[in-house]
Amino acid sequence: MIRALIAALLVATAVPAAAETIAIVNGNVATGDGSEPIQGGTVVIRDGRIVDAGQGARVPADARVVDANGKWVTPGIVAGFSRLGLADVDLGADGADDTSASDGPFSAAIDVAPAINPLYTPIAVNRADGVTRAFVAPSAAKSIFAGQGAVIDTGADMDPVMRARAFQFVELGETGADDAGGSRASAHVLFRNALREARELMRYSEPVRSARGQPDERERPVVRNPNESRLYGADARRSDDVLLTRFDAAALVPVLQGRQYLLVHVERASDILQVIDLAREFPSLKIVLVGASEGWLVASDIVRSGIPVIASAVNDLPATFEQLAATQSNVGRMREAGVKVSIGMIDDNDTRQLFSERQYAGNLVALTKLPGATGVSWGEALRLITSAPAEAIGLGGEIGSLEPGRRADVVIWSGDPLDPRSAAESVFIDGVQQPLETHQTKLLDRYRHLPRGELPEAYRH
Amino acid sequence: MACNKLTAALAAGVGAAALSGCAAFAPPEKKAAAVQINEDPYPSTYARYPGIPTLIRHATIFDGVGGQLQGDVLIADGVVKAVEPNLMVQDGTQVIDGTGKFVTPGIIDVHSHLGDYPSPGVDSLSDGNEATGPVRPEVWAEHSVWPQDPGFSRALMNGGVTTLQILPGSANLFGGRSVVLKNVPARTAQGMKFPGAPYGLKMACGENPKRVYGSKGNMPQTRMGNIAMTRQTWAKAQEYKRKWDKYAEEGGDVPDRDLAMDTLKGVLEGKILVHNHCYRADEMANMIDMSKEFGYHIAAFHHAVEAYKIADLLRENDICAAMWSDWYGFKMESYDAVKENIPLVYNAGACAIVHSDDPNGIQRLNQEAAKALADGERAGIPNLSEAIAWTWLSSNPAKALGIFDKTGSLAPGKMADVVLWNGDPFSIYARPERVWIDGALMYDANDPRRRPVSDFELGQPGEGDVK
Repeated sequence: MIRALIAALLVATAVPAAAETIAIVNGNVATGDGSEPIQGGTVVIRDGRIVDAGQGARVPADARVVDANGKWVTPGIVAGFSRLGLADVDLGADGADDTSASDGPFSAAIDVAPAINPLYTPIAVNRADGVTRAFVAPSAAKSIFAGQGAVIDTGADMDPVMRARAFQFVELGETGADDAGGSRASAHVLFRNALREARELMRYSEPVRSARGQPDERERPVVRNPNESRLYGADARRSDDVLLTRFDAAALVPVLQGRQYLLVHVERASDILQVIDLAREFPSLKIVLVGASEGWLVASDIVRSGIPVIASAVNDLPATFEQLAATQSNVGRMREAGVKVSIGMIDDNDTRQLFSERQYAGNLVALTKLPGATGVSWGEALRLITSAPAEAIGLGGEIGSLEPGRRADVVIWSGDPLDPRSAAESVFIDGVQQPLETHQTKLLDRYRHLPRGELPEAYRH
Repeated sequence: MACNKLTAALAAGVGAAALSGCAAFAPPEKKAAAVQINEDPYPSTYARYPGIPTLIRHATIFDGVGGQLQGDVLIADGVVKAVEPNLMVQDGTQVIDGTGKFVTPGIIDVHSHLGDYPSPGVDSLSDGNEATGPVRPEVWAEHSVWPQDPGFSRALMNGGVTTLQILPGSANLFGGRSVVLKNVPARTAQGMKFPGAPYGLKMACGENPKRVYGSKGNMPQTRMGNIAMTRQTWAKAQEYKRKWDKYAEEGGDVPDRDLAMDTLKGVLEGKILVHNHCYRADEMANMIDMSKEFGYHIAAFHHAVEAYKIADLLRENDICAAMWSDWYGFKMESYDAVKENIPLVYNAGACAIVHSDDPNGIQRLNQEAAKALADGERAGIPNLSEAIAWTWLSSNPAKALGIFDKTGSLAPGKMADVVLWNGDPFSIYARPERVWIDGALMYDANDPRRRPVSDFELGQPGEGDVK
């Protein structure tokens, strides 16, 4: 009964009420699949989905036609890693920051979905700049396991969560060492122990369906309900020597079953290799590397492992001892080697500046003209911030490109979106045109002219 | 420093501009004071490296003071010789075809912590905040600067940054003295010190001091506490200065030496320029009143996220605002950021500066200016241009640092701190191709040997990489 209700809700929210049929015509259209932009392209949206995109796309008779002559049209930016919606202000604003729970008892069980506030300013600020989706991860506090992250949209509505519990986030590098009491060695033991505890509970869970005629759940990993299993029942016994709470251990069962992605943050080349070894040892894990500033040093190993990477775009400082080999060519070199790479905002300074992703991607294009550096083509750079992160966590069929059938997250830009001088002029999410007004734009209107008026500034609104 | 007494600058209410006139105003000494404070005990040992006379032809040039022209730039003997539409080629001059390329003055970052918060960011190297007391004007950032910070090279090669001010952090109301550096690697901080640049004093208002000390149950715990402690300290500095002035005039017993008060005395004399970390409009107004109360001038507000709300005040008081283009919301006092802050300050007739406060941001200050310019144009702010926006990156920070007579524009005779960009530096796709500092080629994208590698990076993975 409850399940049916949840399913009904999912269906109900998938097609926004205000979706209309729209044809964006005459634009410089880039689909986000790595190809270069097409001039004079058309993008057709119906029922919140992309119907067609390209030069030959037919304009339906009932469509609202939007002329994008001289403009660029792309999928909305997909922020490959962020804390969007978890904090309005990062520092010194009590109550406005839910990124981590350093005094709470739980780790892996933490689920960010109920903490997302779609009305927080950073969601509006990023929406106004063409960011339409974001992976939202909690910050690790007392454990290497930060908890379960969500994929959200930035739409101006009260339904931000597109996929709750899309992934588990774990720290296995420097931060992981810290969280594990001081060493990477300890972090790895904690990790193995956590999987052991999850394996013990897994015996009481429902089997993963993979029979003929049934979709293999490992191919569409999603944990619909954190309480769906029988892991909390009286029969679900645990050993005496456990470290994790029952909720935390239970939360790792879907990870172990391969029904939930495991995002692993490491930067150092040797840490990356350790994670690749873990992937071999636990083949059911659906691992995605996050960070990987030294990935270029072990790119061929990453390629062989098939593990996707969500990297920082332009990290080039030996900011920590785990990124001594950092270079802006990291992404380009990994991509050239064949790594399934995309861009996220791993550095906490950047997690609210998701609109900078397109600027960073543009920087990677600039590297193509720098001797000795490895950059990426324009189309590839756009892919890094649209379809590539979506594909990394199995959402490539839903978001991140203008392929028919995808959710209609579309941005019309004043110019080349990889040049930050361009602005988002129209933003559609699930086919719904979005407001672009923010706290910031209203402040601009208020203080654009300073001379004293007939009433104080506070009356200008 | 040639003169010890400086009443002129103070009376004029301006900083460095009046410094050169100080000797003329110094009254004849009645009695020679037996003890004089050495005002430059850690002198610059920087010496420019050799360069060859170089003519860049057919380039697009931003002169750094708002001008743009198509033409040639000649540098020789460490200085800019000429900037003209068409220069003659002299024998022995290296000629570079600048067709399709851009030439600008080197970028000057007025707010950096390279060296005092270096990479790697480990505790052992964390030397930016002497957070043991809110009043620490006695510390000098140059004594924390680690010249092997790999960040300097990134700022040079990716950012085209030729001069930068290293500041103490903002935990304290008085953070200490800043130092201005040439972005030329050296074994010592003295070897990077910009010759003749005045010292700065880092001050802070707002959240940081009250958080750092308030959380320990100490003063300041509030913004009113911030102001009270700062005022009390200035009152003490005035008294200290009176004692030393009296001693200089009349001799007698040598007053007690107080390094903290030495710095503040230097500010009251107009020799040390005030760089005030401050976000909110109301707090900047308080700091302006304080500067008038105690008789000093604020060279620049740093961060100044709400500068647009009081841009008229900044103009009236001849104070620069050093800003980001789009940082916001990382703390409460940055909540009211607008992306048009920089062009709005410019439009009000005040001095606008693009700053980084960040080892990554310093590599892309041209892009920060580009964003601010574009946002300003979109908002309909008049009279903006790329040439104007370059003043935010070179001449205005030079003025705030008191070094505009030496660098910050391409005027003949100025230090040849010059960047050749492989395209329009306001485009995301442009990169520095060559960077000269005092006429010496310190970076060449086409020559891996013209690429600095810090001691720290030797033998490490990626040593000498393009970064």
